[in-house]
Amino acid sequence: MDSLPKKQVYLFGTCLIDMFYPQAGLDAVALLELSGYEAVYPQAQTCCGQPPYNSGFKSPAVKIAKQTIDLFSTQDIPLIVPSASCAGMIKHHYPTLFQPQSLEAKQAKQLAQRTFELIDFIADKLPYNQQPLRQPIKVALHESCSALREMNVASTWRHVLNKLDNVEVTYPENKQECCGFGGTFSIKSDAVSAVMTQDKCKNLINTTAKQILSGDSGCLMNIGEHLKFEGKKDPCLHLASFLVEQFGLSHGH
Amino acid sequence: MVISFSTRIKQALADPQLRSNFRGAMDFLRNKRKLAFSDENEWEALKKQGAAIRQDAIQRLPELLTQLEQQCLNNGIQVHWAEDGQEANHIMLGIAQQNQARLVIKGKSMATEEIELNDFLAQHNIECIESDMGEYIVQLDNEKPSHIIMPAIHKNTAQITELFESKLGISTPEGDVDALIGVGRSILRKKFEQADIGISGVNFAIADTGTLCLVENEGNGRLSTTAPPVHIALMGIEKVIPNIKALPTLQKLLTRSATGQHITSYLNLISSPRKPNELDGPKEVHLILLDNGRAKISQDQQLQSTLSCIRCGACMNHCPVYTRIGGHAYGSTYPGPIGQILTPQLKGLEQEGELLDACSLNGACGEACPVEIDLPELIRTLRQRRQTADHKRWSLEAFVWFIWLQIHKHPHLYLLVTRFAASFRALKLKTPANWTKTRTMPKPAKLSLHQQMQKLSKSKNGGVK
Repeated sequence: MDSLPKKQVYLFGTCLIDMFYPQAGLDAVALLELSGYEAVYPQAQTCCGQPPYNSGFKSPAVKIAKQTIDLFSTQDIPLIVPSASCAGMIKHHYPTLFQPQSLEAKQAKQLAQRTFELIDFIADKLPYNQQPLRQPIKVALHESCSALREMNVASTWRHVLNKLDNVEVTYPENKQECCGFGGTFSIKSDAVSAVMTQDKCKNLINTTAKQILSGDSGCLMNIGEHLKFEGKKDPCLHLASFLVEQFGLSHGH
Repeated sequence: MVISFSTRIKQALADPQLRSNFRGAMDFLRNKRKLAFSDENEWEALKKQGAAIRQDAIQRLPELLTQLEQQCLNNGIQVHWAEDGQEANHIMLGIAQQNQARLVIKGKSMATEEIELNDFLAQHNIECIESDMGEYIVQLDNEKPSHIIMPAIHKNTAQITELFESKLGISTPEGDVDALIGVGRSILRKKFEQADIGISGVNFAIADTGTLCLVENEGNGRLSTTAPPVHIALMGIEKVIPNIKALPTLQKLLTRSATGQHITSYLNLISSPRKPNELDGPKEVHLILLDNGRAKISQDQQLQSTLSCIRCGACMNHCPVYTRIGGHAYGSTYPGPIGQILTPQLKGLEQEGELLDACSLNGACGEACPVEIDLPELIRTLRQRRQTADHKRWSLEAFVWFIWLQIHKHPHLYLLVTRFAASFRALKLKTPANWTKTRTMPKPAKLSLHQQMQKLSKSKNGGVK
């Protein structure tokens, strides 16, 4: 009985989710719907441009940023990103990419103002009192660097998980330390990246949590693929997917 | 033979003792700092004040330095300007020769490390002894500092006990830190008496009073600057602050960030040589103002905040890379995040640009910086400069990003590529090799989010109609 028309928001799926973890994107759509929003997903979206930007290649990043800004400026509606890292690129770096006072800079600023990380956007709109009864579960939350230090949404992630019945939230030792991914850092400085990843995985496993959660697919990919390399099973799950399960929305995992 | 940065990283990572020494020390220091700034509002306010003081000083560098010089001269402090390390070393040598100096005692100073003063003076038969306990240990083992605040942090007690036994022939009870310090002190005490010259760094130089501030815990700074007849202070030109009102803020930020102390055991304010009616203090005080690339940085709008640094070491203490590889792997005077941005600017991107790779841009350094230097942003900026300055070296990576751009700026091509990747998802790809050394390759999904969203919207639209 969908009588009220839902407010529209853009969903920027991010390139990692698009290619490797589409379920997290679908779950983002489901969560947005649960919170009263309809996701608009332009097919022309690609990547936010962060990988070349962080590697020192500004020019390709600027071109992609321009394209992304144009794409998400057709309608003046919020842009929701299920990744703190990509959201940070759009919200905090796009406005700095162009000549100050230029039209591009102005458009970038406007987009930045309506860009939100997914969990942060829906945190106070989820129907917590309607959560179905579920088996108790212990999870470990990996607060990504972007969530902690760029988007400032890590506390919201904690807050949302703490509001769920029967969910025990644990944190790894040195929880605020980077997991070792860092985009091309994991390739260029592979040796130290590997050690950081090993440490993070060890600390996460030590929590004895059943699932490892985060809102950044880059970190989850890094952690998950390392655990698989070590012959362990991959207990990583995007926060969006975990919330979809907790709120009893059906999907095939 | 020059060993590459990546090889030095691998060597450090393969040393379990080094790894555990740094992990333990960094966790300890992070915790001490956290406790010292337990009041979040106070931290934010102090940090803001500190950043403003430093930014203002860097903006007004020529004016403040002229004022500092004039006030120092008025106070009887002789002032010298050094454009680079070589010039600073020769000024030192000139003063030493005038005083027929054979033995120099030195308080802790990273600027003297930067100009490699010890080696230079040794070449001219002048012995230079480090009096900071950490520096003394490092010098005894023919090493360089591995941390700007705690030079011997890479060694544990057992290693220092062993070092003292082999180099000094003095054994101390196992694990007895006080005994070790006692050994060092008794040796250094004689050196303070014998030294012809005392050399120190400068933490802050107050322009309007011509005062040199020295922050320290061991008293070696005070002895180095008061016991010998001549005191030479070496400071990077960025260390100037306008007035004494700026000092409490910066002192609080420095000591709390560095060691978690609200104040250090000694805070020396040096304003002149010994006056006629005074019983002690050096008869000559010299101040050497070292540029060595700093003036150029101060002119660069994008990079000048590099000079705001007060050398507290918090950025390295919080850096996950530094915590694992330690200071020596960087191969530069200043290690860790501040070293990664400062060294390429002082020595050139071509020579030192590789340092910039060892950063995941996790932001922990920027968060810990007490004067709000946006270190991650500076690393990004320098990566860009390196890329545009050095085409040849980067041609392979530039090509990769060119291809990347072609794919991502043409949504249809992008769709094609992701579909193509999905079709070959069963293949076990072995590239990129560096990733697969410790990780499996992520497998593309059967259907991308683009495809699934398109399906979804088609069925929805169909349903509505």
